[in-house]
Amino acid sequence: MVNERAAPADQRTRRGASAVRLYRSVLLWVLPLSFLAVFFFLPFFRIISVGLSLDAFSPFNLQLALQTVLFTVYQAILSTLLTVLLGLPCAVLFARYSFPGKSLLRTLTAVPFMLPTVVVAAGFNALLGPRGWLNLALMGAFGLDSPPISFVGTLVAILVAHVFYNTTIVIRIVGTALSSLDPKLSQAARSLGASSPRVWWNLVLPMLRPSLVAACLLVFLFDFTSFGVILLLGGPSFATLEVQIYIQALQLLNLPLASLLAFIQLLCTLAFSVFYTRYAARSFVETAPRPGALNLRKSTSSAEKMFIAVMLIVVWLLFVLPVLALPLRSVSRLDAARGQRGQVQPGLTTDYYSELFVNRRDSVFYVPPVQAALNSLTYAAATVALSLLLGFPAAIALAKPGLLEKILDPILIIPLGASAVTLGLGFILAFGRLLIHPWMVPLAHTLVALPFVIRVLQPALAAIPARLRQAASSLGASPFRTWQTVDWPILRRATLSAASFAFTISLGEFGATTLVSRPEYPTIPIAIYRFLSQPGALNYGQAMAMATLLMALTAMGIFLIEKLRLPGAGEF
Amino acid sequence: MLEVRDLHKDYEGQPLLRGIAFSVSARETVCLLGPSGSGKSTLLRLIAGLETPERGQIFWDAKDLAATPAHLRNFGLVFQDYALFPHLNVFDNVAFGLRMRGRPESEIITRVLEVLGIVDLRGFEQRAVTDLSGGEQQRVALARALAPRPRLLMFDEPLGALDRALREDLLDQLRAILHEARIPAIYVTHDQEEAFSIADRVLLLHDGTIVRSGTPADVWAEPGSAWAAEFLGLGNVVPARVVAGGSRVETHYGVFSFQCAHKHRVGDEVMVLLRQAHEKKGGILKGTVADTLFRPDGFRIGLLGGLHFDLPSDARRGSKVSIPVEVHCLGPHSRSIRGRHG
Repeated sequence: MVNERAAPADQRTRRGASAVRLYRSVLLWVLPLSFLAVFFFLPFFRIISVGLSLDAFSPFNLQLALQTVLFTVYQAILSTLLTVLLGLPCAVLFARYSFPGKSLLRTLTAVPFMLPTVVVAAGFNALLGPRGWLNLALMGAFGLDSPPISFVGTLVAILVAHVFYNTTIVIRIVGTALSSLDPKLSQAARSLGASSPRVWWNLVLPMLRPSLVAACLLVFLFDFTSFGVILLLGGPSFATLEVQIYIQALQLLNLPLASLLAFIQLLCTLAFSVFYTRYAARSFVETAPRPGALNLRKSTSSAEKMFIAVMLIVVWLLFVLPVLALPLRSVSRLDAARGQRGQVQPGLTTDYYSELFVNRRDSVFYVPPVQAALNSLTYAAATVALSLLLGFPAAIALAKPGLLEKILDPILIIPLGASAVTLGLGFILAFGRLLIHPWMVPLAHTLVALPFVIRVLQPALAAIPARLRQAASSLGASPFRTWQTVDWPILRRATLSAASFAFTISLGEFGATTLVSRPEYPTIPIAIYRFLSQPGALNYGQAMAMATLLMALTAMGIFLIEKLRLPGAGEF
Repeated sequence: MLEVRDLHKDYEGQPLLRGIAFSVSARETVCLLGPSGSGKSTLLRLIAGLETPERGQIFWDAKDLAATPAHLRNFGLVFQDYALFPHLNVFDNVAFGLRMRGRPESEIITRVLEVLGIVDLRGFEQRAVTDLSGGEQQRVALARALAPRPRLLMFDEPLGALDRALREDLLDQLRAILHEARIPAIYVTHDQEEAFSIADRVLLLHDGTIVRSGTPADVWAEPGSAWAAEFLGLGNVVPARVVAGGSRVETHYGVFSFQCAHKHRVGDEVMVLLRQAHEKKGGILKGTVADTLFRPDGFRIGLLGGLHFDLPSDARRGSKVSIPVEVHCLGPHSRSIRGRHG
């Protein structure tokens, strides 16, 4: 909220000030709006015009579109249900009980949310894939010739990955609501004759309903638009809207159908986003927050101890094993490389990392794989610079909303509703021939990162009290000195945080990059995807090594963001 | 009916309640009076079964309640911040206890309307509880506790969040309702005025034990300890030394005759309570006025040296006054108690 303290002197000059403010608003918006106009709205209208053309509405296209929509909704509903089924007890665990290692575990459950999809896919692959720890162990133990567990390429893999990704949303939203529930309400209910199950059924669940619905909507939205894990873990046979857009646009070159699907996708996500924003805004007013520490307690009964033990095992298995399996797999030689026959000596190896520097003739790259890392870092740096350049004026304008901001605010929400693959498709349609230029990638990444950057900067800007600036200038500071001594020290943290956000997002971005990037300029996620789709232990090992590198880089970014987070700033 | 024996409870490793024992008989309203943090609310939650004691038993009609869970005890509980269910309207809040007991809907409607009548809230059935004023919310909370006809009602600082006028109003209503309903009640508060006006019997809670128990008049007349006299604000608590054959004490402010139930010898250090009296039971105290403070029923006069007296008329600063006083012995001198003059 912006704190507009109108002193009497302000009122006298209000009319003049509002003209100045409008002028200032226009100046601030020129850059971000022109960027959005060219790189979001132009592609957006190209998608609409192609997607709603006659070509798009052939019976074949319509049937495929319907099938795709149905499957997308089906897997999203299934994933959401499973996520809530696990997330609700997790929320209870974190909101109600204190146990050793709690804050560590809480942080660990939040990590997946920020991990790039390719890393998550590689992690599950390292654990449960055909060359993963479990299958290799079983093959070794029972002398099997083929992996006994088929995980990759099944619907189960998609669902597990979605649960892994989004459980933290349920834990955060429902957990916050749970810990802000007044414990006296349950005590009152029990003194009125309600047994523990009835306290849950008649009191706790009804009171959690707004937060549960909000969490479900958000999880559904993420499951609906998920791309990377479905492509990498499910494979093309499980085509959601996102995957189908990718297939139609890049492999079958059916741009009208891809555009139609993208249009449907945009409509759905926009509708859901609007619904969520409305619902969340309404439901969060109803529940006044209370201090949460009152609700914390140690387990007392044996049933509670049992619950905690089971939950801890499940949470550690689901959230820690895939993340551990990946780096361990990247330094372990467990199976034969391509062309090798016979016994392999299993053991530790750094081969997969050193191979990254070699440009093999039979490699799937035109360049040594390490070049992908350099590309990624260059793109990320460009994304940081660009998104800060565009995000700062927009955040300054939004921090002091005037007439123009009220009109522009809903327009700025629209890019948030667009999925990464849709953005990529828009780029193809709008700038087809320009795509040979590698700088299209950071432009696409900036589109994805910009809403986050603005959302980090805006509260920090709004939080600087005008009185501080007035005090500084009354003490003789020039405007520049004021900015240097008052604004910048406060904004520095937020700027660094926004930069880490942009950096992390750009490093891990997969959806838009698959459509926009050129084969000779791969990024780390693209490289991982290509390695994973190739046969052979060496390719697999290099995928693991690259994914481990990306995970380490992302972890640094997450760490920076968490360190720099403004107290009280929300995350969803 | 209710009997509590030797109840012990720790809070974060520190003993909070240390051997609480008392009983509540039929139709009796017992007031637990103590400063905040003295464990009053914890004691209520132990009786309600919401917490378990480290040691000791709670009996109802000679039956040990240790194995009876909270929801089967049928004790009503009213909280300071009402703890109304925000997702239910007034009717459903009040009906909650009856529904938990599986009563037929027709009986529920009759009973809810009846108790809403008792607390003067007929017509409020469909209102959201979040729209009500503090006083109305507290009456709904009372109705909710009354509806299932509990065998014991417990109040945890029920009027603490309300302003003074409303508090006195509700206190009158509450007294009438308790009298009418003939339910034994335990009333927890830190406000001695509230306690004295509603209780049949007052229990003073201090350092985890009950230090004084009796009717309001008894407790007022004989607080029994320097701490109790201080806490209840009964007058000036000052150190003294027994002189002249054991019937008189010497203080900073003069020598007075005093009433004592103990057997003190000459030279004993004791604490005494100095109160103004209508006749000069203990003697006349002479002092110089340092400060006066307006009170609705007179003036609070502060003397040089730190004593305070409530007098019907004002006095000029610096003027000399003579006040008839009575002096009660509060037991041996304890260093930990420091009088208001300190």
